[in-house]
Amino acid sequence: MTTADSISERKSDSSDFFPKPSSGRTQRFIEKGAEIIFLLCALISIAAVVIICVYIFAGGIPAIAEIGLFDFLGGQRWKPYNEPAEYGIFPMILGSLYVTGGAVAVGVPVGLLTAIFMARFCPAPLYKVLKPMINLLAGIPSIVYGLFGMIVIVPIVRNLAGGDGNCIFTAALLLGMMILPTIIGLSETAIRSVPESYYEGAVALGATHERAVGTVVFPAAKSGILAGVILGIGRAIGETMAVIMVAGNQARMPKGLFAGVRTLTANIVTEMGDAGGLHYDALVATAVVLFGFILILNLCFSVLTNKKPKEGKSK
Amino acid sequence: MTMTGFRFDMKTYKKHPLSFLFMLLVWIAAALTAAVFIAVVGYVLIKGIPQLKPSLFAWNYTTDNVSMMPAIITTVEMVGISLLIAAPLGIFCSVYLTEYAKRGNKIVKVVRLTAETLQGIPSIVYGLFGMLCFVTSLKWGYSLLAGCFTVSIMILPLIMRSTEEALKSVPDSYREGSYGLGAGKLRTVFKIVIPSAGNGILAGIILAIGRIIGETAALMYTAGTVAQLPENVFMSGRTLSIHMYQLSREGLHTDDAAATAVILLITVFALNGLAEYIAKKLDKNKL
Repeated sequence: MTTADSISERKSDSSDFFPKPSSGRTQRFIEKGAEIIFLLCALISIAAVVIICVYIFAGGIPAIAEIGLFDFLGGQRWKPYNEPAEYGIFPMILGSLYVTGGAVAVGVPVGLLTAIFMARFCPAPLYKVLKPMINLLAGIPSIVYGLFGMIVIVPIVRNLAGGDGNCIFTAALLLGMMILPTIIGLSETAIRSVPESYYEGAVALGATHERAVGTVVFPAAKSGILAGVILGIGRAIGETMAVIMVAGNQARMPKGLFAGVRTLTANIVTEMGDAGGLHYDALVATAVVLFGFILILNLCFSVLTNKKPKEGKSK
Repeated sequence: MTMTGFRFDMKTYKKHPLSFLFMLLVWIAAALTAAVFIAVVGYVLIKGIPQLKPSLFAWNYTTDNVSMMPAIITTVEMVGISLLIAAPLGIFCSVYLTEYAKRGNKIVKVVRLTAETLQGIPSIVYGLFGMLCFVTSLKWGYSLLAGCFTVSIMILPLIMRSTEEALKSVPDSYREGSYGLGAGKLRTVFKIVIPSAGNGILAGIILAIGRIIGETAALMYTAGTVAQLPENVFMSGRTLSIHMYQLSREGLHTDDAAATAVILLITVFALNGLAEYIAKKLDKNKL
């Protein structure tokens, strides 16, 4: 906007609600009012977190108290329709951990190596193709991943390993794919933000390109990379729809890599629709446990990103 | 980008077999990542595109013809209302953080922390919260409005972050110039800072739209799964993602689910592309 433009605009709309520079008192009043409105908006996100916590915890903790903390967390049987009903979510906790662990085993090595490739190996023309691909991978809705798992991965696993294909292995594989873009994105920025002198120093000492990247640059970026991995884990443990479509959903103790399993998230979605009474509250309590996992991961994430601002800020 | 090492120098690699192995692994990993993208998108498109029939876009949903048109319209309404709630809140919040808050302000730190927390909360927890708060406590029932409020909270941190980055990238000289011409703070924010950051803010909002369109878990128990077009905001309606989930779940309509997936993918990709284009235009304007 040129100066002439802005002056003419100033003349033309001097009657609108923006205070004229001269009207001292009204102006101060409006300015102050606006600041308060902005402040209130800023406080909304705090309010949102508080309200979410209050609702989830207030809904879940009485149920945990009623079932008993150890029976709830450590109970191996989830039989809400039995008489008397049993609400042990240990199978689902294990299910979530196994599936997430599997996703990490699949996604982290591939993701980190791809991040190294993107930051240090990728020829420029290829980068122009690969980078948008990875961005789009992050944008694909989880329900579409779920459909892909259902029509592609499940039949393959069924043919190779027997069973019905809806199992820990399938879910882990699919989740591993889904967390790739998160891990690649953050790790790539972390690797890129390592000072060039580290690399040059290593090469000057006679290291090959690969050795310099692998033993000097990569370790130097480790806190940013770890933050990316943690974010990936958070995504995997919180993923719902894709897991429901491929994990089998049986609420029982996991019986091996190729047996069906139910995660905490799946437990909530599967039974929420027709639950009532204590059953309903037990599902909210399941969310409390899930929320606990996420809060721990978030804490790790913020500790990691705030510790070394040099690497962490570049998210 | 350093390209120093990017030469297939077999002599060096013979002397350093580990380096060769590392180089190989890195290339394989990148190929795998590309393969994942191609496989997911390719399969969905190959499976879905042949299933796209004009009848899937009929105005009415019936059990014989699982038209996605009502779901598309519901999705558009959902996006519109959610943005109406979340965009002003998110933008004003960032305005406060970047323009008003003083350096080292404690509120800023807490707001950042909560925004980070919000971003990490799984969508199913949002869904459950929406059900407990809007559907049950406020007695809205399964309704479009409950769904809108739920996803609004979800996209708030996304809009906040992108707006904040956009506002920060507005040079201070703009603000100084505005003050120098006698404008007050409020006027400077609305007439100078926000318009200059417009593209960045817009890019963030478009990404938020993508997130709403792809959302399923947060909406199932807030907006509900009724297949017909809701007549008002207090009625239940399903967005395209939920429509797709319901179709795939019933097992009878996997083909139609694939067709819906094609529409979802194309929409999300188009939105991503648009956001990228706008952000790029922003960079060009800078130079």
